[in-house]
Amino acid sequence: MEPKMVNLKINDIPVTVPEGTTVLEAARAAGFKIPSLCYLKDVNEIGSCRICVVEVKGARSLMASCVYPVSEGMEVQTNTPKVRHSRQLSLELILSNHRMDCLTCARNAHCELRELAAEFQIDAVRYANDLMVPQIEASALHLVRDNSKCILCRRCTAACRKYQSVGVIGPNDRGFMTHIGSAFDRDLAEVDCVSCGQCLVACPTGALSEQDSIPEVMAALHDPTKHVVVGPAPSVRVTLGECFDMPIGTNVEGKMVSALRRLGFDKVFDVDTAADFTIMEEGTEFLERLQNGGTLPMITSCSPGWIRFCEQHYPEFIPSLSSCKSPQQMFGALVKSYYASTAGIDPKDIYVVSIMPCTAKKYEVKREEQRMANGCMPVDASLTTRELARMITQAGMMFDHLPDGEFDPMLGISTGASVIFGATGGVMEAALRTVAAKLMGDADAPLEFHEVRGIKDIKEATYELPGRTVKVCVASGLANAKIVLDGLKSGELHYDFIEFMACPGGCVNGGGQPLHASSVRSFTDMRTLRAQALYKQDENMPHRRSHESPVVKEVYETYLGEPGGHKAHELLHCTYVPQTRYRT
Amino acid sequence: MPNCKTAVPYRGTPEQEERLRQVIEAHKGQPGATMPVLQAAQEIFGYLPEEVQIMVAEGLDIPLSEIYGVASFYSFFSLNPKGKYQISVCLGTACYVKGAADVLNAVEKKLNIAPGGITTDGLFSLDACRCIGACGLAPVMMINDDVYGRLTAAQVGPILDEYIKKG
Repeated sequence: MEPKMVNLKINDIPVTVPEGTTVLEAARAAGFKIPSLCYLKDVNEIGSCRICVVEVKGARSLMASCVYPVSEGMEVQTNTPKVRHSRQLSLELILSNHRMDCLTCARNAHCELRELAAEFQIDAVRYANDLMVPQIEASALHLVRDNSKCILCRRCTAACRKYQSVGVIGPNDRGFMTHIGSAFDRDLAEVDCVSCGQCLVACPTGALSEQDSIPEVMAALHDPTKHVVVGPAPSVRVTLGECFDMPIGTNVEGKMVSALRRLGFDKVFDVDTAADFTIMEEGTEFLERLQNGGTLPMITSCSPGWIRFCEQHYPEFIPSLSSCKSPQQMFGALVKSYYASTAGIDPKDIYVVSIMPCTAKKYEVKREEQRMANGCMPVDASLTTRELARMITQAGMMFDHLPDGEFDPMLGISTGASVIFGATGGVMEAALRTVAAKLMGDADAPLEFHEVRGIKDIKEATYELPGRTVKVCVASGLANAKIVLDGLKSGELHYDFIEFMACPGGCVNGGGQPLHASSVRSFTDMRTLRAQALYKQDENMPHRRSHESPVVKEVYETYLGEPGGHKAHELLHCTYVPQTRYRT
Repeated sequence: MPNCKTAVPYRGTPEQEERLRQVIEAHKGQPGATMPVLQAAQEIFGYLPEEVQIMVAEGLDIPLSEIYGVASFYSFFSLNPKGKYQISVCLGTACYVKGAADVLNAVEKKLNIAPGGITTDGLFSLDACRCIGACGLAPVMMINDDVYGRLTAAQVGPILDEYIKKG
């Protein structure tokens, strides 16, 4: 049904918008950007910061435009002296309780509060509080919280609850004592945080930042005894450019490779290549389960945030989890086994760095069940897309001037199937490409599976494969995974194969990806733009199924043996165990 | 936050837990269930220890952080049980201008607890309260039903020692 349209005037300019639109959204349609802080479209719409106030003709007081719906004949003014004065005062009061160490702040130039202070020309804070001290909580492997920079906008807690249904943080106490923390003010490492980092990308200030792994990576790069190998995840190549002011959805793979080489990494490999191995192993495992009555549904295990959620909230589904390690961990395992033996380097001298769209990967690299038989951890340090951008900037590289480079081929040639891992539905499609080809032959099997693409919360599809109908489901965001899992538990839903990604939209929207202000996040479909860049790269790849990869063929033939075989199992698989959710 | 975790061990009985389960069952799935369930829980247990809040969170399928956020927001909810001797130091206007803050500080220092807290032996709990209507005696402190008026910080120690002696 067509929505009812509403006519109103914003700053005397007539505009027509659908019923239910907020004044803030309508103003954008009329060409006016209303400043905001606590607002994050569809996630945090609580009208609490009062920065977005406007004058509405006939209303007694100023209205928070982010939550005020339009009505017929409404007349709104967004830039009157009264509005400006109110916004400025609200901003000054927020700043009075904010530790302003902007020059040394992790968020620095990307802070929405700082941008607003500049926009409103706050040249002196009348109520400045010079007594603020850092309130740092850095217990978790992936995140640092400093509540002295928190403005209590609730965007982090809303992201944790709405996207992820996890809700490990919330406002504690009341009045001036209000602060964001976990229940009983436990450290984040002690509660059931899944490390997804969606709180961090939602935060407008420097209150949340990632644990900085750059120093340890720099130390390894300058250690002559270390052979330092790097590999970026599929989605990083379509987001890194944003850190250098390129449009969202720009693929910078070639420049990224050059940058990594110039940073001094001894080998620049690709985690895409490892993702092809994930498909070989996961596809084999799925076929095996399908044909031999194994546990179904099988659920993907690429997303460490999802894994931790499963272990803590739905341990009964652990037998459903694929035993495959994630592409990051397979990458490290292949570097420290196949590459080490081929190149004649002691794996203990190899230092593996991954570039990830993800903060949970920092936690995954430390998980003990990932340890290899040779005693090594597969990956030594995991950097976010943002950290790589910082390293490139610190090295003085002019990113847009970099030539296009190519990955070192030994573990650097990949397929279109692995590229699309970065988008929700990508792992499922990549697996289906290989599974269908195994059952129907390369020539007859379909190549593209459009039903599992796109940013819909929960997608399902049914495929007729020889001898068996396969019902699949793809969900991203743990709140959506929860809906599916509850449906499976109650018996309402039945699937054979499920892909879950912790972050909404998959890795392209991960907690390690470039930061954007709410004004961008709320009105740009970042997930789709970034994902489109991946699907475009996939279309242009010479090989689009994982089993067609020359590296995959070579490594299985000369080193691993059969997919799902003994050696593959030892290196590329692991087991998961239930974890406690509460510690009393 | 000094009061977020109680200093005394949880002593809930199976009967109390069963009563709470029934309350949760009656409210499950209803919007706004948190407040009535927490009120009932406090009635059953006398306070809201972590163990009880987890039962409520699990039972209502609400994140524990949300339950704790509500419990720590409302002054009606207590995260600590009451001690054998309940100390209330009045911080009403009259008491405050007559030096109640010093009295409160003296109690905190002597017992090593903050308002809302309880000593590890369960003997004393401490609250800062608003006017108890004895402004003529300001500053005032109550221990259970005993009223101590025109107090100075120096008198606090000997008064508390009497209760410690009684045990």
